[in-house]
Amino acid sequence: MTLFFLAPFLLAPLLPLLDRWFGNKAGWLIACVPILIGIYYGDLWWSLPAGEERTSVSWAWAPQLGLRLTLMIDGLGLFFVLLITAVGALVSIYASGYLAGHDRLGRFHAYMMFFMGAMLGIVLAGNLLTLYMCWELTSLASFLLIGFDNERREARAAATQALVTTAVGGLCLLAGFVLLGLAADSFELTDVLARKDAIQRHGSYPAIVVLVLIGAFTKSAQFPFHFWLPNAMEAPTPVSAYLHSATMVKAGIFLVARLTPALGGTPLWAGTLTTVGAVTMFVGAYLAFFEHDLKGVLAYLTINVLGTLMMLLGFGTPLAVQAAMVYLVAHALYKGALFLVAGIVDHATGTRDLRKMAGLIRRLPLTGAVALAAALSMAGVAPTFGYVAKEVFLDAVWHAPFVPILLTVVSVVSSILLVAGAGRVGIGPFFGRPTQDECDPPGMTMQVAPLVLAVAGVVTGLAPQTLMGPLLGPALEPIAGEPVKMYLTLWHGVGVPFVLSLVVLAAGIACYIVRGSLQRHLAGSLAVARWGPAKWYEWSLAGLYWVADWQTRMLQPGRLPRYVFVTSSVLLLLTIEEIVLRGGLREHYPGIDVRPHEAFAAVLIPAAALVAAASRSRLASVAALGVVGYGVAWLFSIFSAPDLAATQIVIESLTVILFVLAFARLPKYTLASSPRRRLRDALLAGAVGIVLTLLLLQATHEPHPPPISEWYVEHSVPAAHGRNIVNVILVDFRALDTLGEITVLATAAIGVWMLVRLSAQAPAKREGYE
Amino acid sequence: MNLILPFVVGALVAAGLYMMMRRSSIKLLIGFALLSHGANLLVFSAGGLVRGGAPLIEQGESLPPAAHADPLPQALVLTAMVISFGVLAFAIALVLRTYRETKTDDVDKMTTTER
Repeated sequence: MTLFFLAPFLLAPLLPLLDRWFGNKAGWLIACVPILIGIYYGDLWWSLPAGEERTSVSWAWAPQLGLRLTLMIDGLGLFFVLLITAVGALVSIYASGYLAGHDRLGRFHAYMMFFMGAMLGIVLAGNLLTLYMCWELTSLASFLLIGFDNERREARAAATQALVTTAVGGLCLLAGFVLLGLAADSFELTDVLARKDAIQRHGSYPAIVVLVLIGAFTKSAQFPFHFWLPNAMEAPTPVSAYLHSATMVKAGIFLVARLTPALGGTPLWAGTLTTVGAVTMFVGAYLAFFEHDLKGVLAYLTINVLGTLMMLLGFGTPLAVQAAMVYLVAHALYKGALFLVAGIVDHATGTRDLRKMAGLIRRLPLTGAVALAAALSMAGVAPTFGYVAKEVFLDAVWHAPFVPILLTVVSVVSSILLVAGAGRVGIGPFFGRPTQDECDPPGMTMQVAPLVLAVAGVVTGLAPQTLMGPLLGPALEPIAGEPVKMYLTLWHGVGVPFVLSLVVLAAGIACYIVRGSLQRHLAGSLAVARWGPAKWYEWSLAGLYWVADWQTRMLQPGRLPRYVFVTSSVLLLLTIEEIVLRGGLREHYPGIDVRPHEAFAAVLIPAAALVAAASRSRLASVAALGVVGYGVAWLFSIFSAPDLAATQIVIESLTVILFVLAFARLPKYTLASSPRRRLRDALLAGAVGIVLTLLLLQATHEPHPPPISEWYVEHSVPAAHGRNIVNVILVDFRALDTLGEITVLATAAIGVWMLVRLSAQAPAKREGYE
Repeated sequence: MNLILPFVVGALVAAGLYMMMRRSSIKLLIGFALLSHGANLLVFSAGGLVRGGAPLIEQGESLPPAAHADPLPQALVLTAMVISFGVLAFAIALVLRTYRETKTDDVDKMTTTER
């Protein structure tokens, strides 16, 4: 299982080579990969006893975090595997025709293969974190593929938008998964799904639901995150057909279906899914009606379908779950075909504007027939699979567990618009008086895939139970948590769904016929879109840039005083916060023991430091610095550190000499800062000093831990034959550290020498190497 | 117990930070030196303070007097002192050179590496 899981990732980098050797035939070869993968998983699953899943833990990544690469196959997973591999195979054949002669076709195939691997990972994941990783990989693949025409600005912007939107959702999903894993006490999917009660009783259950659903909603383009999907149509058409219609945007649907046994069944879950789904369903269908770009219409109608699926999963009834899966298959078949048709039409006519197309069936007879079949399936006309799907959909809505009448009305209105949309994309461009003379007929490689999809849509409609039953039945079981009895048929008898279906069809046709005047009359309603979610995205992105810009200007202005200021402020605030959180400092100072000369030093050094800081003369400053240094040396000698005192005196003398020498070449002090700034800095520096003093007072009066230097003290004479323990530590026990220190000094000395020497050279010579 | 060092350290750090927030690069150097003194004393005091108990071993003995100062912080401070002197020397050279090149000691004007 691991090998087949990794295969797409391993093969992806090789595809450009394949493309170089086999040219346009490469697509057919590449199509074998998904077919083989599909067969492998199908065989694996069908060889299992009914109703079981197979789990394989392949790799414990970071077991202490619950991060494992676990793969699991069950009916639901297999259903999606077959969808992904079948559409993947068809699209890769199509793509080598669509992008024939493109100099980056090989790279395109590689991205698509990479995407397929990631998408298979989502549906086969047996661990929440594995699922999350693959989830983000698909976002990444989507980014690369939307921006495939990276010379175009629009493509780049759309790619970024899709990535930002889905990645924000992805981060929410990660947070939700972490909470979910903690609530279930395991990140393994089998454990999570088995611990429904523990999860739903857990305090973080509402947060889990909200975060996970935001992830699913962004990925599956639900309102108000739907805006990225129409823009993603910047991608080459095979990408739109594969990622943004058949598979990736279904990942959110899959996730909701997968987690329903663990999270579902509560009003929060059902209510959110139903509301968001229903709104998305309507918004998608409504916006599609006003779109004139062929792919744009298809994109909005995809949003409509994704909303429908979310809503059905929100109902959670066996009937609704069944309707969702049936509808999902129907959509993959007809929408895949229509997208591929759109690509052919785009190639043949050079336009995607629906208003400029008519009568194309004379030039593109096969494509026209395919489009017609797919459009009929989309409109839900018998005997297509779309009809079967629409019947179960309306049946499920009519029997919805809450507000069935309202939901039925919304569904019927959306479906009417969907029928009108089917007419606009499947009939409008192909019939009527031809508007274009020039027309390039498509090659065979581009015709195969849409033909197969459209034929499948009709054939499965004729015998739905025989053809789709064995696949769909097991897929429903993991969602419903029990074996689901389903029976799909073309003829249900005259019931409410049938009547609704007729109403939808009739109204939809009427709507299609009067579309021109309807569009004009309702166009005013689109003004709302000016304040819609796409704008929210722009505003929040602009806000983010502004904050980042502001923050960088504040924190990283390239001016040292500001850096010191910011660092000191943060240090001060964090220290104060910590002190307050710990309940303040304990003030008990037993046995104050200060001798007069020590008190004198304690006054002298701060006074000298003050002079060094406040003096307006450089020499006075440095003299005061010297006093500080000698004072410190004095303190060292008082408190039993003769070596330190000696070293300090030597170093301080050298320092003062260095400063005085340097002053000969440096300007005098000036008062560069305003009094206000000086006051501000003084207050901050003073506050840091005071807090530090208080902290140290506290620390020195805490009981001292036993020193860790016992060993050094005991072994100084016996082992190192030295009587000055500090020296012994430096040159014997920690000799390597001292070697490092010497290296630092040597480096500094070389640096000083270079700086002084280079500046001594004449400018003329320096120009030589500039 | 001793109350001296906390006040000395606080004063040195405050004066050092104030000087490092000035625009003149010379003041920056002096601030750096003051801050180093503060940091060294801070580490020194962390080991506890002992009067008249240098960590030295008398001839013929194998251990220092019972109430001796902890030698480890002293060793650390000795290292720190020498290193900070090295850095200070380098910084002085750098400031000299920078002034020569840019004709200013105002660090607010040194926001770019371009000349």
